[in-house]
Amino acid sequence: MLAQLGEDAKLLAGGQSLIPLMKLRFANPAHLVDMNFISGTSYITEEDGALRFGALTRHAEIEASSAAGKIPILHDCAAGIADVQVRNRGTIGGSLAEADPSGDWATVLMTLSAEVRCLGTTGERTVPLTDFIKDAYTTALAHDELVSEVAVKLPPKGSGGAYLAFKRSAPVYPTASAAVQLTLDGDVCRNAAIALGCVGLTAIRVTDAEAALRGQSLTEKTITRATEASRAAADPQSDTRGSAEYKRTLVGALVKRAIEIAIRRAQGEPVEVGHIYA
Amino acid sequence: MPDSIMPESIENISIALKVNGKSYSRTVEPRKLLVELLREDLDLTGTHVGCDTTYCGACTVLMNGAAVKSCTMFAVQADGAEILTVEGLEKNGELHPIQKAFGDCYGLQCGYCTPGLMLSALQLLSRNQQPTYHDMRKAIAGNTCRCTGYQNILKAIQMAAQNMKGA
Repeated sequence: MLAQLGEDAKLLAGGQSLIPLMKLRFANPAHLVDMNFISGTSYITEEDGALRFGALTRHAEIEASSAAGKIPILHDCAAGIADVQVRNRGTIGGSLAEADPSGDWATVLMTLSAEVRCLGTTGERTVPLTDFIKDAYTTALAHDELVSEVAVKLPPKGSGGAYLAFKRSAPVYPTASAAVQLTLDGDVCRNAAIALGCVGLTAIRVTDAEAALRGQSLTEKTITRATEASRAAADPQSDTRGSAEYKRTLVGALVKRAIEIAIRRAQGEPVEVGHIYA
Repeated sequence: MPDSIMPESIENISIALKVNGKSYSRTVEPRKLLVELLREDLDLTGTHVGCDTTYCGACTVLMNGAAVKSCTMFAVQADGAEILTVEGLEKNGELHPIQKAFGDCYGLQCGYCTPGLMLSALQLLSRNQQPTYHDMRKAIAGNTCRCTGYQNILKAIQMAAQNMKGA
């Protein structure tokens, strides 16, 4: 259908970003193809050590899912996106396909090395998330392709993560956000993944911050080094949510706090976190 | 604004849905929003349009039991759905416990946000009979009261939760 309608057609998933964008005439598709009536597009399954999310799985369904709860960072994200009403409609696949620089899912899923399954008229392909998101509002999807599934591997034992987003109020996009996923072996960090949201054209994976933690014991000194690397990697714009300098400072504080929570969770302590409000 | 925004011809679409227990069939433009269908076609003007930008939640209704912003859905997407609006809360001339509690606690000032808030409260209380203060705050985070009367709104939801227990 997308192939027939041509490049002026757009897919409608949860519509919680696309419909507001259409009202503002920022999006002006000649045709809308509503995916919501296609059955079998909303599911959460666990097999072979991986979680798979159908593209139209709503944020609220992920928030309520005990399978997704096994990866706390997924729950942090799903339970904090916008508000109840938006989470009842908005979808994980739609969030990734829109590729808003301030979207929550891309930042979180980047730390889990998520893969995006894309379905088109010529067949299916699996694209690593880092290759899927090309630029602000730009993905690797061809115009006749759609996101069918998002998959993440369950992290190994001794892992913990946290996602913190700082918002002025529930329905708005965060001012800045940080996702941290760690694997510990005693006091030593075996593996680390750190990503920043809302402070660049796409979510930013901070390899320098990860390198500062990997193989090290997690002391105040190593955590500070990772935080500094994150601040340096951020590329924020000044706008109504805050100045570039403010966002850079904020994202550093979020990374530090997320590392501390990730450590506690990796050690088996349940920690409740949510989006932080101004 | 470019001319191309308006398509030359629009094919209307037939939909059937239940609103407050009553069945309706209508033929609508595909771009018509759910809130426009409710207010303009079905004359159910209790659902308000506040911001029309997915922010304020004044247009909140329940669709198949889940709170949604009716300004951020097309009417055609509600085909086959069951919608509950503020008009459907009252039963046989009796106010719903949530409506009563909003009155008793002075949980409204200008009243514009009230229909949306009551439906967000209903989703919460139908899934969680003993909400904590945090649960209640989280449940209404998508509803803006421009009069800022949140304290009494939270008191009202608390009272409604107590009165609905065992109901």
